[in-house]
Amino acid sequence: MKYIIAVIQPDRLDEVLRHLEEKEIHLVTVTNVMGRGRQKGISEVYRSHKEAGSLLKKVRLEVAVNDEFVKPAVDAIMAGARTGHVGDGKIFVVDLTECLRIRTGETGHVAIG
Amino acid sequence: MKAVKRWFPPVVSLLFISSFASADTIAVARIDSGDTAWVLISAALVLMMTPALAFFYGGLVRKKNILSILMQCFMTMAIVSLQWVLIGYSLSFGPDVKGLIGSLAWAGLKGVGLTPNVNYAPTIPHQAFMIYQAMFAIITPALILGAFAERMKFSAFCLFTFLWATVVYDPVAHWVWGVGGIFHNMGALDFAGGTVVHVNAGVAALASALVLGRRQGYPDHISPPHNLPFAVLGAGLLWVGWFGFNAGSALSSGALATTAFVATHIAAATAGLTWALLDWVFAKRPTVLGIITGAVGGLVAITPAAGFVDVYGAIAIGVGVSLICYLAVAVVKAKFGYDDSLDAFGVHGIGGMWGAIATGLFATKLVNPGGSNGFFYGNPAQLMIQVKTTLATIVYSFVMTIVLLKLIDALVGLRVSAQDERIGLDLTQHREAGYTLLD
Repeated sequence: MKYIIAVIQPDRLDEVLRHLEEKEIHLVTVTNVMGRGRQKGISEVYRSHKEAGSLLKKVRLEVAVNDEFVKPAVDAIMAGARTGHVGDGKIFVVDLTECLRIRTGETGHVAIG
Repeated sequence: MKAVKRWFPPVVSLLFISSFASADTIAVARIDSGDTAWVLISAALVLMMTPALAFFYGGLVRKKNILSILMQCFMTMAIVSLQWVLIGYSLSFGPDVKGLIGSLAWAGLKGVGLTPNVNYAPTIPHQAFMIYQAMFAIITPALILGAFAERMKFSAFCLFTFLWATVVYDPVAHWVWGVGGIFHNMGALDFAGGTVVHVNAGVAALASALVLGRRQGYPDHISPPHNLPFAVLGAGLLWVGWFGFNAGSALSSGALATTAFVATHIAAATAGLTWALLDWVFAKRPTVLGIITGAVGGLVAITPAAGFVDVYGAIAIGVGVSLICYLAVAVVKAKFGYDDSLDAFGVHGIGGMWGAIATGLFATKLVNPGGSNGFFYGNPAQLMIQVKTTLATIVYSFVMTIVLLKLIDALVGLRVSAQDERIGLDLTQHREAGYTLLD
């Protein structure tokens, strides 16, 4: 089991979700986050005072998958989030030691899907 | 009539009867129901401007300080209202003492009843005039708080509001509007309070930004406005409330109120458009904060002029105020490095000064026979009067505000601790949070 964390541009979220759906990956958690990478992004201007925009709005998407779904999930996120510009984001894949479904008490790979 | 102020209904000259000697029956006959209705509605509109200002300012601060702004505005409504009926109205409008201040003869509203006072407003109950004026006394100190937002101790704020209203607002209101006031006698034109309210508060704002010093992290590490839609809500309500402020200052519901209403509206629209265009050119995009800042600036600048200028005068004042304030906010503030957090000086102070002087340029008797002609209508002397009264207000307000702040600093301390400032005023001053993370 793996836990996939992707930090992407907010405007790519719908595309990423669509690609995940196509691979029949339905269970995701999404949060608004702030972050920064190597790009400067769009700076904001308030009464002519330019904000450097050191932290940018991003979306963090989390998916827990069984091993055979790792590649399809990563491919789907890449396909949806990629524009080719600096700032497209990152995907992290980490080992997942356990998963429990609260309602039934099931554990392991049956609890993930 | 040389000394013409905001109200000068022609009836004044006809009804030059002592305000104190009127029998009830005569007085009741003189009350005009239309005028009274309009002034009472206007009073309510002007009161609304203070909570509107709270949202205008509140949207511009960081999340952790929104409640402190709303609280300061509401506390101003509470403190100044009481101050006003107990002593403030008398100090401002009571029987003149050497042109400088009103006596305490009307303290606690003694003698301020339901019969009209012919010197101030001959067709409405004296108390209607009093409560209308109360709303001006409330919003003026509230305007200042934009300059010291996000760092002042609440106890210090309460003391400051009471003392400033008493020591600065009341005398200046008397000079300009009180019968016998020195500027009143010079013939200064200030229809609805450009000098008394906006120059006065704007200069006090600069003084307090200087005395309190910058916020931690200013200018490079201050987060942007946390809720611009609140600021837009506030600005929209200010625009509406301003009709009470300016058109209400006719103190009657006829032609003069209409002129002031139209000029007010056109100046706000012109100034909002001008600022948006400036942003479009210099910041590449027309900004929301820009258009609302411009509109408020237009309302500030037209305040002294509203009942004295025609539509073209209003347009010129609107274009001028955005040009000048844009420069003040974008260039001058950055160059000098003072932290006027929400541009109370940049918009109200500078915009107010432009308005006071522009009144001396564009005023015309064609609009208001009870007013005066300005520079462009062959009367340069009026411009000099406007400049003199504005300068006097600037000096008095600046010096007295610094004295008061130094005094309060010695008594209770002005600024919150560095750690409290980082945590935010909502939690540290009020033990509340504006927003929760969880339902």
